[in-house]
Amino acid sequence: MNSKGWGDVLFKNVTLLFSLSIFALTAWIGWELFKNSHLPMEKFGWSFLWDQVWDPVKEEYGALPFIYGTIVSSLLALAIAVPLGLGVAIFLYELAPPRIGNVIGFLTELLAAIPSVVYGLIGVFVLVPIMRNAGAPYGVGMLTAGIILAVMILPFIATISREIFKTVPQTLKESAMSLGATRWEVLWMITLPFSFSGVMGSIFLALGRALGETMAVTMVIGNRPEIKFSLFEPGYTMAAVIANEFTEATSDLYVQTLIQVGLVLFAITIIVNGIARYLIYKVAKQAEVVA
Amino acid sequence: MKTIKLLSMAAALAVSTAAARADMLINGAGATFPYPIYSKWFDEYHKMKPEFKFNYQSIGSGGGIRQISAGTVDFGASDGPMTDSQMESAPGYLYHIPTVLGAVVPTYNLEGASETLNFTPKALAGIFLGKIKTWDDPEIKNANPNANLPPQPIVVVHRSDGSGTTYIWVDYLSKISSEWATKVGKGTSVAWPVGLGGKGNEGVAGFVKQTPNSIGYVELIYAKQNKLSYGKVQNKAGKFILADLDSVSAAARTKMPSDFRVSITNSPDPEAYPASGFTWLLVYKKQKDAVKGRALVDFLNWMLADGQGFASDLGYAPLPKEVNAMVKTAVQKIEVK
Repeated sequence: MNSKGWGDVLFKNVTLLFSLSIFALTAWIGWELFKNSHLPMEKFGWSFLWDQVWDPVKEEYGALPFIYGTIVSSLLALAIAVPLGLGVAIFLYELAPPRIGNVIGFLTELLAAIPSVVYGLIGVFVLVPIMRNAGAPYGVGMLTAGIILAVMILPFIATISREIFKTVPQTLKESAMSLGATRWEVLWMITLPFSFSGVMGSIFLALGRALGETMAVTMVIGNRPEIKFSLFEPGYTMAAVIANEFTEATSDLYVQTLIQVGLVLFAITIIVNGIARYLIYKVAKQAEVVA
Repeated sequence: MKTIKLLSMAAALAVSTAAARADMLINGAGATFPYPIYSKWFDEYHKMKPEFKFNYQSIGSGGGIRQISAGTVDFGASDGPMTDSQMESAPGYLYHIPTVLGAVVPTYNLEGASETLNFTPKALAGIFLGKIKTWDDPEIKNANPNANLPPQPIVVVHRSDGSGTTYIWVDYLSKISSEWATKVGKGTSVAWPVGLGGKGNEGVAGFVKQTPNSIGYVELIYAKQNKLSYGKVQNKAGKFILADLDSVSAAARTKMPSDFRVSITNSPDPEAYPASGFTWLLVYKKQKDAVKGRALVDFLNWMLADGQGFASDLGYAPLPKEVNAMVKTAVQKIEVK
């Protein structure tokens, strides 16, 4: 084997090592969270997942209000940000004159660079009064958190989707157009199907960010560990309760319960991403069959 | 020969002072509430005695108790006294050294309430239990005959993060309301019967400022610095007292146990503001490191003498004379090898 070959082998192994380190890191985080939460596991068992009481004084803990709050606020954010983000991406890629497209693209990326505490402050001082005037009794609450989250994850969906649209082969689009397809038809029949898995990837990256967002959410969600079905009512999320209560958690059970909330959040993130990957895989396979 | 000996002695001396200097970093961690006064003290003390450097991390009382119990810091700090079981699980006996006093005040946003509102214990307990639902409730009205109280629902705001401020507030509510004591209890975080959670003093103040007809509680210093309107609270003797340095200090004029693990809320002193509390430094009775132990004791003595003079400028109430004398005696009992 010549020296060139050795370089390839070395490169392959080094990159393999890097990739494995991601796997190892994830496993290690999971293990640490699991190991450091044995007290609540012994005391509450699986009922931790569906109990609704959170009482640090009597040391009774249930995570359901936080699980509910995390999932609902994130789904709300997606419901707002996906159509908006895709709309922005489509406009920037298909319709906008290059100069305007560049400016809007830059501004969209800028949204991602704003620290989350700033989003929280904007939420508290701008959005909360608007929501109160719109009929939310307190202004803070699940919907307010969902809207702030939507703005925060919008750039992920918009910028990544735009980059993915750029990978659609020009020849495909041109041939469709030469057959008489309108822009709308090209979009629906060529661009979107071709970039489906990439766009889904951007959405799930955004969802991951929404599930874990802490600061901005805790500032506007009202921090009340109760399950209320009105979106105007206050709620609470897993990341927020960890950030709020960890510093003053004095007993071992309390600290470990908060770590267990972290474990649940970790597990939910993995499950959600797993489902997403599976869906993408399924759809991609179907598309292959059709093609 | 003589010069060499002298030189080597000088060198040894230089080395030993250098080593001693390097060893003089004294680490502490804990409560955030007294952080401004602690950093002022450590700074002033360092100017006076440059060989001592105190490093204080304001990570919260819970963290302070955990770290001093684990022995990762030389002293801890807490706004709430350690529980008996926490004391037992620490590897040695921990002294609670009171340093200054703070208070928690009810702050509110009520249009038309031009004068300072009076709150009876019953009214406060009722509001935070969710039993008193509107501002024109007789319990509030009777204490404020001249105020224009609307028939609007009361929006309660509390801290969402665990904090010593919450501890003092709910400790007070536990003392004045047996229902609060059994249903909710006291701690740095509790299961609030009603209300919204704001993060930090600024979070609570922000919500209260913005939300009409709301009431929350914040630290006295924070309320003063931000010019929030806060109410008088009726003390045990029946007087409506506005929190200030004197009325907070007066709360400490009460029977003091020898270990200082005492709550001074609802103090019987007629001039006392009832929602007041100590903040403590946590120091092991048996100091393992002689150099650090001696330095800590020296610092504590200075803190109780000259150090107290810095307190009121920063908004903290200094220890009353009687308590100060008691604490001095306690500091003498710290054992340094």
